[in-house]
Amino acid sequence: MVSTLQGNLRQMDQATHVVKAESRNLNFYYSNGAHALKGINMPLYENKITALIGPSGCGKSTFLRCFNRMHDLYPGNRYDGQIVMHPDNTNILADGVDPIEVRMRISMVFQKPNPFPKSIYENVAYGLRVRGGKNKKVIDDKVEHALRGAALWDEVKDRLDDLAFNLSGGQQQRLCIARALATDPEIMLFDEPTSALDPIATASIEELMTELRNKLTILVVTHNMQQAARVSDYTAYMYLGDLVEFSKTDDIFIKPKDKRTEDYITGRIG
Amino acid sequence: MDNQNLIPTKASVMDDLQEVRAMIRRHKRKDILFALVGLLALMFALLTLLTLFIDLVMDGYPRFNTEFLSEFPSRRAAHAGLLSAWVGSLLVMLVTFLTAVPMGVAAGLYLEEYAPKNWFSDLIEINVANLAGVPSIVYGLLALGLFVYGLDFGQSILTAGLTLGLLILPIIIVSTREAIRAIPTAIREAAYAVGATKWQVVKDHVLKYSQGGILTGVIIGMARALGETAPIITIGALTFIAFLPPSPIGTEAPFVNFEWLSSGFTVLPIQMFNWLSRPDHAFHINAAATGAIIILVTLLMNGTAIWLRYKIRKNIKW
Repeated sequence: MVSTLQGNLRQMDQATHVVKAESRNLNFYYSNGAHALKGINMPLYENKITALIGPSGCGKSTFLRCFNRMHDLYPGNRYDGQIVMHPDNTNILADGVDPIEVRMRISMVFQKPNPFPKSIYENVAYGLRVRGGKNKKVIDDKVEHALRGAALWDEVKDRLDDLAFNLSGGQQQRLCIARALATDPEIMLFDEPTSALDPIATASIEELMTELRNKLTILVVTHNMQQAARVSDYTAYMYLGDLVEFSKTDDIFIKPKDKRTEDYITGRIG
Repeated sequence: MDNQNLIPTKASVMDDLQEVRAMIRRHKRKDILFALVGLLALMFALLTLLTLFIDLVMDGYPRFNTEFLSEFPSRRAAHAGLLSAWVGSLLVMLVTFLTAVPMGVAAGLYLEEYAPKNWFSDLIEINVANLAGVPSIVYGLLALGLFVYGLDFGQSILTAGLTLGLLILPIIIVSTREAIRAIPTAIREAAYAVGATKWQVVKDHVLKYSQGGILTGVIIGMARALGETAPIITIGALTFIAFLPPSPIGTEAPFVNFEWLSSGFTVLPIQMFNWLSRPDHAFHINAAATGAIIILVTLLMNGTAIWLRYKIRKNIKW
């Protein structure tokens, strides 16, 4: 049912939407044996925002963290299935693919702002330094570009050497976005990026995401349905490790096809 | 009648309030009691140390002058000084520092960041914790067999430095691991997420953010090594030395030499022990002065550790 739906969608959108990445029959097992993802098939469309929604523990963050192989940091976790990136058709979960290579292409913004205890400048520059960047002029330019892209430049341009911890929570999260942006990723992952922020900071992050969509592809986990409705082009509803429904955001919120999606969206479960 | 039950009268509210206040007072008495017990325990420890220190200072007071630090030991108590002992301590500490710190930090890093977590790493962990509790004389015996005879280093500064290095290795390993563990997962993940390798994460983040804790462990370990006597006696430190080891820094190229490593030596606690075991009371004054100096240096080192930790932690908020 779900897979034919996606098949239809893919055909339908082929004219306007390019698939940037897709997960194919993706299963994921944690080291304790928990089967956290059960055969997920889902596309990510290029220059679109895809939101993952669902109740706590449904596997949405687990799914997101497959895209930059974060699970590889902890022993015993196991993937089964594929996440294929286009246009090069690389299965980023394949054994032969280095997780570091994947993280060079797909960057991530975390739930809580997690700047390094370094200066604002060094936070943004770190991704470039990791890639061997030495030329100060080039790094300066990219740091400025990334900070502008994260709508933070005007607020910090005069104090780039200040510690990142001195920024407000919303600014810290935008700094983390700048850090993720500085390396020109193809896909950016957001794991509940506004759950630790106040409404004003949340609004600025959401605005930023819709701007970033022009440059890259975004996958965002959110527990806030209004947020999914506001920012995303596509929405996937997950429940207990299954992908229950995936479609255009307008469709899923107005006429969900699955009873379970409807129950969640209307607040009957959560 | 009903009304009376529903709306509390002023008198009944006051009664309830009295009861609540009495209860809070009772509970607070326990608060104060516990604070007192804690304070007493603290005072007991502090006062003991303070009494000891003041006693040593009062006894050793006549010898607090520059000659005491610039003279060799002598048969005449009033002219006997600490020169060879403090120079010996300094050189032994140097060897200890240069061996124990890199080894301890590397071992702690490996255990925390690289080693797979399984029964074997658990076993190592238990053993390292155990090593910290091994009596220091056992280290002395090990060193006597291994360094003095086995590797033929003799009764030298090198042997003493390596022995004390072994002794404080567990302290450094444990404090390194604890400092590393205090770094939040989110920071590590942030570094990995931009594409850093394990070594880049270790070098740019883990070591940087844990250096306050590591440094504290190093200084506390060094302070411990400074006062150690038993293992040094076991490996055969000399108790009467009227010469200095060859200087590590030469006046002509290559400006460094390593002859000092194989030199005989004495250290501060040995010198103190030696003076203390003499029947002549005049030497006991020297011993007291030496004891006061050791305690003072130890306090200074620990104070530096606390200050450094504060200074480094100030810039890091998780």
